[in-house]
Amino acid sequence: MIEKAEEILARYPSKRSALMPLLYEVAERDGYVTEAGMAEVADHIGLTPAEVLGVCSFYSMFKRSPQGKLLVSVCTSVSCMVNGGEELYAHLRERYRDDPDVTVEEVECLAADDGAPVMQVNYEFHERLTPESAERIVEDYKAGRLTPRGPSGVSRAGH
Amino acid sequence: MPATETRIVTQRLRERPDDSWTLAAVRETGGYESLRKALTMDPAAIAEEVKASGLRGRGGAGFPTATKWSFLPAGVEPRYLVVNSDEAEPSTFKDRMLIERDPHQLVEGIAIASFALGVHHAFVYVRGEFAKGAERLTKAVAEARAEGLIGPDMCGSGFDLEITVHRGAGAYICGEETALLNSLEGDRGMPRIRPPFPAIAGLYAKPTVVNNVETISTLPGIIRMGGEAYGAMGVERSRGTRIFSLSGNVNRPGNYELELGLTFRQLLDDFGGGLKGPGPVKFFIPGGASSQWLVDEHLDVPLDMDLVTQKYGVMLGSGAVMVYNQDACPVRVALRLAKFFAHESCGKCTPCREGTGWIQKVLYRIEHGEGRDTDLDLLLDVGDNICPGLNAPFSQTTICPLGPSAVSAVVSLNKYFRDDVLRHVKEGPCRAA
Repeated sequence: MIEKAEEILARYPSKRSALMPLLYEVAERDGYVTEAGMAEVADHIGLTPAEVLGVCSFYSMFKRSPQGKLLVSVCTSVSCMVNGGEELYAHLRERYRDDPDVTVEEVECLAADDGAPVMQVNYEFHERLTPESAERIVEDYKAGRLTPRGPSGVSRAGH
Repeated sequence: MPATETRIVTQRLRERPDDSWTLAAVRETGGYESLRKALTMDPAAIAEEVKASGLRGRGGAGFPTATKWSFLPAGVEPRYLVVNSDEAEPSTFKDRMLIERDPHQLVEGIAIASFALGVHHAFVYVRGEFAKGAERLTKAVAEARAEGLIGPDMCGSGFDLEITVHRGAGAYICGEETALLNSLEGDRGMPRIRPPFPAIAGLYAKPTVVNNVETISTLPGIIRMGGEAYGAMGVERSRGTRIFSLSGNVNRPGNYELELGLTFRQLLDDFGGGLKGPGPVKFFIPGGASSQWLVDEHLDVPLDMDLVTQKYGVMLGSGAVMVYNQDACPVRVALRLAKFFAHESCGKCTPCREGTGWIQKVLYRIEHGEGRDTDLDLLLDVGDNICPGLNAPFSQTTICPLGPSAVSAVVSLNKYFRDDVLRHVKEGPCRAA
């Protein structure tokens, strides 16, 4: 059972609208959207697991495979591109290639172009980066000097 | 004299940079006074103020807000207000600022709109990546409810209003209003064929108004000033102020709230501190990635939603202005935008699903020196299959404007940068970024 399911279902006139928030709860609890979690969501809403998967797979933030504890999302869209975003992405991808705790992904515009180049770590923004400063930030998270948000971006430290 | 900002929507967040999102700051800066004023008015009179203000949607299409509201059929209940905060148009970053730094202004705007429309349940669809924004907005909703500002019998008016904050999960297409409604209903975010329009059959097939965050956040200011005073600012049919997100090769990129009718040059020079790097401006994208491009000679064009479309075939769209210097490569920018649209195409309509992929692949081979002399014509042909005539405002073979948006960069390359494209075909990528 998903702990907050009743509260989430009560927010909507239709059960099915709770599908995405319930998937977020699964990701937060299990680290990613597990098959078991999708089946639980299906039970809460009254859908088949296949129907839940069909919706889940549409959205890039619902990760259906195990991720590092830290998800580093680097923007390479046009404003970041002309301010070093691609170099930032290449550096972090290479640096953490073999680190099971860190998953580095390339993402589209994060709506922080005035701070380009930018990245998010578990959906927390970090702006005006260099490859060196970005690596320092990831290391700060790894060493516990910064407290990361949960896998789906839920605050764990009063950000 | 350099132009200055006209701060209506951004007033609190500029005055109180350290705590504008807190209830304490909101109380000290006249928060919810516009709502109290609105609740003494007749709902129809509120809609009249909005009409007098000339407010048009700030999400991209620029549709007159009061007209959109007027499409709701009388007497059909329940009816819904959905606020679109799925801001993902490349280089647009105003709505994120508004929900992170002035969530109470949005809540107040929602309450005003809901009272005017007879809506008792409103939803805010927040882009998934905006974790902090969703958090602050959720907190603001809870605070407003605890204070009795919304909820049952809001402000003692006898009117009930619930607000639900809903997080998206990474899909640009959900910024399109009918895709957003499908997503909010727990489905894949694919656009719906219209008619029926959301005003008739929207969320849960009920009458629904979908408005952008900035649009709704402007309502407290309009009620405070009066519609006529707000509408006295601006130019032609572009009334009031808008927040422009300025980025790219700019000394001071940022969000600037300007009276409409100032020029792109004033935005760049007076607010953005001018072009960064070698000039003159090589090109700029005037209204988000979906717009066709302009070049240096167009910098004195005024920020007028209709004029830029009718005279120059571009749009002010989401208010994102991206500026590029002489070192920027237009082919590389076009390729990056093509990659975006190909990735974000939902796959429902064949011309977009296949066409955005073609555009990306052909631009890729051009950029990497593997193109053909005829590739630009091929791109235009593919584009014409998505957006017949290759003009803005778009005609389209698709349900929503995502496909035609992907064609804008191709048309702009052909218009201004044919030589650059042919050089890439022969020589491959530029050395400069």
